[in-house]
Amino acid sequence: MKTLAELQAIKDKMQGKVSLREGSGEKRVVVGMATCGIAAGARPVLNAFVEQVNEQGLAGSVTVTQTGCIGICQYEPVVEVFEAGQEKVTYVKMTADKVARVVEEHLKGGTPVAEFTIGNYKA
Amino acid sequence: MKELSLNILDVTENSVKAGAALTQIRLEQTAEALTITIEDDGCGMDAETVKRVTDPFYTTRTTRSVGLGLPLLRLEAEQTGGTLTVSSRHEAAHPTNHGTIVQAVFCTNHIDCPPLGDMVATMVTLIQGHPERDFLFTHTRPDGPPVELDTRQLRQILEDVPLDGYEVLQWIQGYLREAYAAEDAEE
Repeated sequence: MKTLAELQAIKDKMQGKVSLREGSGEKRVVVGMATCGIAAGARPVLNAFVEQVNEQGLAGSVTVTQTGCIGICQYEPVVEVFEAGQEKVTYVKMTADKVARVVEEHLKGGTPVAEFTIGNYKA
Repeated sequence: MKELSLNILDVTENSVKAGAALTQIRLEQTAEALTITIEDDGCGMDAETVKRVTDPFYTTRTTRSVGLGLPLLRLEAEQTGGTLTVSSRHEAAHPTNHGTIVQAVFCTNHIDCPPLGDMVATMVTLIQGHPERDFLFTHTRPDGPPVELDTRQLRQILEDVPLDGYEVLQWIQGYLREAYAAEDAEE
């Protein structure tokens, strides 16, 4: 049973960690959440990223955020990964199932999953 | 959109963009109808804009000239014999009491009525994306106790711990899922 007391316990546990989870954020995962993205299935993609980044212990180095329309609606759901000093990586036609490989190979391993990127779709 | 909860997510994003501090999402379900009300205290729109927001060729987006959020919701509501109404008080005319109310009525027994879908995922997504904003969600149902979530209440407990912390989001998800499950327990 999820009670407010349980939330209080989470607060007590997290309070000391607040400064720790902000700051670093070396990689930024941005999910397009405008009408086009939402209609194409961005909600489960976003939630899969949030879940797996945290489950894999990457929360200290990866932040997951939402944005509006990126302008390539026909490729939605679109996910962009930003990293300081690196070129932006654009993943297109994402699904919740594809998220695991992006988390494992790109966010953890440092190598983008080329077959999911826009370069693999555009002629 | 495959489910109405996605339209609700989409339309509520407009409230966030309008600078709303508090957005209220109310679902009132009876045996025949579902009324969805999204009410915000954002900047509002002038009368001319309100007239145009359900026109697909009107949009505030800059990436292209088509905006489908409200037109889609209107189409989906009207296809069931329902309605969509938008009313707004622009901050220029109403400096202390501004905002927008979008209300969609769906006749749920109509064959073209989309399923409501996963409202829990919609609320978690809104809070994850906008932890600094407040949302008041209420869903009254004919076959179970009402489901309610007020981020202002959660914020009081959490103090300076952000709402988008993973453990907090998981708590919110579990809390809402349990509230919805109460329906099955009564049947």
